[in-house]
Amino acid sequence: MNHIFVYVLQRAGVVDESTEELLEAARAIDATQPLTAILTGFGTELQTACESLRSSFAEIWKVSNPGLAYPNAELVRQALVTVLPAKSILLVSHNHFGIDLSPGLSIRLNCPYAPDVVSIDELREHTLWFVRQEFGGQINAHYQCDLSSGAVVNVRPGAFKAGPSGVLDGVILEKSLPPETLNARRRYLETLVAETGDVDITKHSILVSVGRGIQEKDNISIAEELAEALGAAVSCSRPVVDAKWLAKSRQVGSSGKTVKPKVYLACGISGAFQHLAGIKGKPFLIAINKNPKAPIFQIADIGIVDDLLEFLPELTNKAREMRSVAAR
Amino acid sequence: MEILVCVRRVPDTSENEIELNSEGSDIQRDDLVYSVNEPDNYAVEEALQIRDKVGGNVTVVTVGGEDDEEVLRRELAMGANRAILLSDPAFDGSDGRGIAKIVKHWADKEHYDLILTGVQADDSAAQVGGMLAAMLDLPFASLVNSIEVDGRKLKVAREIEGGNKEVNEIDLPCVLSIQTGINEPRYVGMRGIRQVASVDIPTLGISELGIAPEKVGKGAAEVKRTDYFVPAQAQGAEILHGSREQNARTVVEMVAAKGGVR
Repeated sequence: MNHIFVYVLQRAGVVDESTEELLEAARAIDATQPLTAILTGFGTELQTACESLRSSFAEIWKVSNPGLAYPNAELVRQALVTVLPAKSILLVSHNHFGIDLSPGLSIRLNCPYAPDVVSIDELREHTLWFVRQEFGGQINAHYQCDLSSGAVVNVRPGAFKAGPSGVLDGVILEKSLPPETLNARRRYLETLVAETGDVDITKHSILVSVGRGIQEKDNISIAEELAEALGAAVSCSRPVVDAKWLAKSRQVGSSGKTVKPKVYLACGISGAFQHLAGIKGKPFLIAINKNPKAPIFQIADIGIVDDLLEFLPELTNKAREMRSVAAR
Repeated sequence: MEILVCVRRVPDTSENEIELNSEGSDIQRDDLVYSVNEPDNYAVEEALQIRDKVGGNVTVVTVGGEDDEEVLRRELAMGANRAILLSDPAFDGSDGRGIAKIVKHWADKEHYDLILTGVQADDSAAQVGGMLAAMLDLPFASLVNSIEVDGRKLKVAREIEGGNKEVNEIDLPCVLSIQTGINEPRYVGMRGIRQVASVDIPTLGISELGIAPEKVGKGAAEVKRTDYFVPAQAQGAEILHGSREQNARTVVEMVAAKGGVR
């Protein structure tokens, strides 16, 4: 059986929130094997991160090098190629770091790459059976992959639920890198923190959130009028920001803001997982979309299959009526 | 700067309801609206802007068949200098590694300073750019949402969590995967596409590229899709079936009950 490793991303000594999910995915591949975490970094931060995993993993491989102080995927890849045994199975979160690291790593390790895995059915003989989503999440697909030469498996963030907390007493193993292992043809310079913008959507309890279905910039005002009538703020999904119809600070999702409203009106939003990852606290979710197959209807509480540009003004009218009745 | 941009023709998921065929072996492809994969179009625009600033040429390449010429023509109409179609029945059924291998063989025939791909296509795998970089032994950065040219280096920003940007310096030659929103792709009308209708698009097959047949195609694929399926319905939304006015009233009452509309 191949040795299963979980790559645990750590920043400043804090392990990434995906760690418990990766542990569950590893158990779904083989529930009997003691699991190994592998971490890269430097100094006390790396040590702190390794210590924090001792109850969850049987072994923690600590790869320490000054060049790995910041998780630069180009350097982490070189370190992993040096340290990982042949035919390893490595689990990585399919987040901004894993997308950077894993495709090239699979080439360097000469093993298959299973990207953005949403569930794992079983390991039968040497074949892993798993599920992916395609076409914007509208269709699922079964996949198989031969693990004889190992594999890099990228797991979709949020797809696996964290299991019970561990009761192990894992050992930390130092794995040194030979000098000159790391060749920095890409160098990390700095992180630019996103601006908050004119409206802080993370502070609002009701959000009118618009997606591609709003169709054009001039229609944003339809959502703004509705938000005004409902006492809400306007947020959006990625295509609206890409098209420059709203500022980046209004974007909900894994590459935007994380919001925790009480009510979320998803207007013309298909429901890509990257968007849903930004909605926390289980709000009451009302989805309006003209496509009855839109994935957003799978997770919404209430759905309306209608044309946004007709339905939203009607909603605004009804909200205004209710307000004027209340004011009398 | 010599720039290669890898593009792909995909069903436009914002315009289509994707349905399965009866066997579950594929989606129903009749009557689908196809377009260039959206991040790829941003990658072409970025390449054109870099070329217009520092000089050079932009080549667009795709792996596919005759139908895929339409996206190459679209990118020529945007302003790409040259388009190449890599096409051979032996390529059918290639996985991500197979596609990367085919493009690698094209890139080896020429000299490129910069190779761009879109961050991901319709299978949301986000894999070909990173694989291609490793095969060519070039540095790579993914999810790139800004590029500044600085001699033989680039300053690139990557999109990371929370809307933050990770700024890196990367040596040329390199491979970058481009995220949507990096620029505003120029509009291409039917007239522009007609103007490039007669431009020759060289087509190269497996022998011209010098690829061993066992390295690509269905037989070489390590990661294989066995079927498509529609996920078992979760609880799902309660769909309101009233008139538009009734539905609007229901929604407003619900929002009011949760503390809105005051």
